[in-house]
Amino acid sequence: MEFSVNSPILFVMVGILIAAVLGQSVFFLWRALSHAKKKGMDKAIIRKTITSSIVFTIAPAISILVGVITLSKSLGVPLPWLRLSVIGSLSYETIAAESALRELGLGLEQTIANAADYVTVAFVMTTGIVIGLLLVPLITKKIQGGMLKIESKDKRWAEIFNNAMFLGMISAFLGYVFCDVTLVFSGNTTGLIPVFVMLTSAVVMAICGLLSQKLRIRWITDYALPISLISGMAVAIPLTNWLG
Amino acid sequence: MKKNNRSFVEQIHMDGRIWGLSLFVLILAFPFALCLLYGVAPKWEPMLRAMLTVLPMYWAVGIIEIFAYVPMLGAGGAYLSFVTGNITNLKLPCALDAMERAGVKANSEEGEIISTISIAVSSIVTTLIIILGVILIVPLTPILAHESLNAAFAQLLPALFGGLAVVFVSKNLKLSIAPMILMLVLFIFVPALNASTVGIMVPVGVLFTILVARILYKKGII
Repeated sequence: MEFSVNSPILFVMVGILIAAVLGQSVFFLWRALSHAKKKGMDKAIIRKTITSSIVFTIAPAISILVGVITLSKSLGVPLPWLRLSVIGSLSYETIAAESALRELGLGLEQTIANAADYVTVAFVMTTGIVIGLLLVPLITKKIQGGMLKIESKDKRWAEIFNNAMFLGMISAFLGYVFCDVTLVFSGNTTGLIPVFVMLTSAVVMAICGLLSQKLRIRWITDYALPISLISGMAVAIPLTNWLG
Repeated sequence: MKKNNRSFVEQIHMDGRIWGLSLFVLILAFPFALCLLYGVAPKWEPMLRAMLTVLPMYWAVGIIEIFAYVPMLGAGGAYLSFVTGNITNLKLPCALDAMERAGVKANSEEGEIISTISIAVSSIVTTLIIILGVILIVPLTPILAHESLNAAFAQLLPALFGGLAVVFVSKNLKLSIAPMILMLVLFIFVPALNASTVGIMVPVGVLFTILVARILYKKGII
């Protein structure tokens, strides 16, 4: 069969895989909704969870789509579509694809012209991410069991333990925001962009919280995270022009 | 209540294992199917060299991520997130925000339900947006490749974690101080720490914060 990075058969193969992954999400959604109904959980909370998750997802999902477009120059559309819809993240997929292309004597700007190169890249990108896919079904129950054991021993500590994990993750990303600030000393101000973006987002989130509590505008709470996210991203445009 | 809890979570574990392992086989089969389709083998030497560059680090990070993220995501959320990916930039913040607003904890049955719903919805929406984008890729490419939008998307993580930090730091102020100072110092003064290594620092941040939390809890400060 003649090879092309955008061959229709590749779209069909990738489409089948993505349909299977979509099937898993739909199945789990159905399972959780059925159980929420059985438990008599507040329908308004479930409805709000769904709508705010939809709204929140739009901007990050578009950024993932940008990743598909970026990688499509070299790999065509189907492979990046698969890799960024299933497990992947742009940073990992770019590094994996670049490593494989470099070893083949190619680059991200060149379109792969033969099937052997394409298969080589596909193997590297796939094997890199399968570890989570294999281990999560095998050890999630044990990890959750450990969490339940902590809770059964000391409920208060279990709650603090949970919060500590969230804060640990958030603090790592807050640190990352500041990773290039020292460039200022060499006259490069680009490192300040993420700092101002983060501050804008934080201030908008705080304003949303105040509006919700003081003025009792409750709907803002449901959309505070997407509002702060979009505000931060919007501010990045003039900031990049100014400091970039 | 306890019996229901057990049976629902048990069911989620069973579903998660069946789906996860089936998808593992299906996804791993993709490059092999390409070999059969085109009647070619991969170029072994470049492939192995590239794998040696990529695999040790990504497998190590992948294993650490499982232990760091599974307790935060809940069982259903974990089974979904580790298939659909984009955990830190989408699935986990989405689930954390949903659980926070619903006033439920990740390790409760209600938390499990809310986390699973939010991550499933987020996964479905992401998949649909990407499908739409792939269909419309020709007209969309010049728009999405525009300089201004690139500048905005490049700052997705700072914009996301700024908002999220306000919610969680304001509720856990005493516990937040030490890990934030540690991470600020590390990221500012260690040049090797940047966008591509932030994933490794998440488990470091988590373990350090748990340690600080334990000390503060034992001393009765929190």
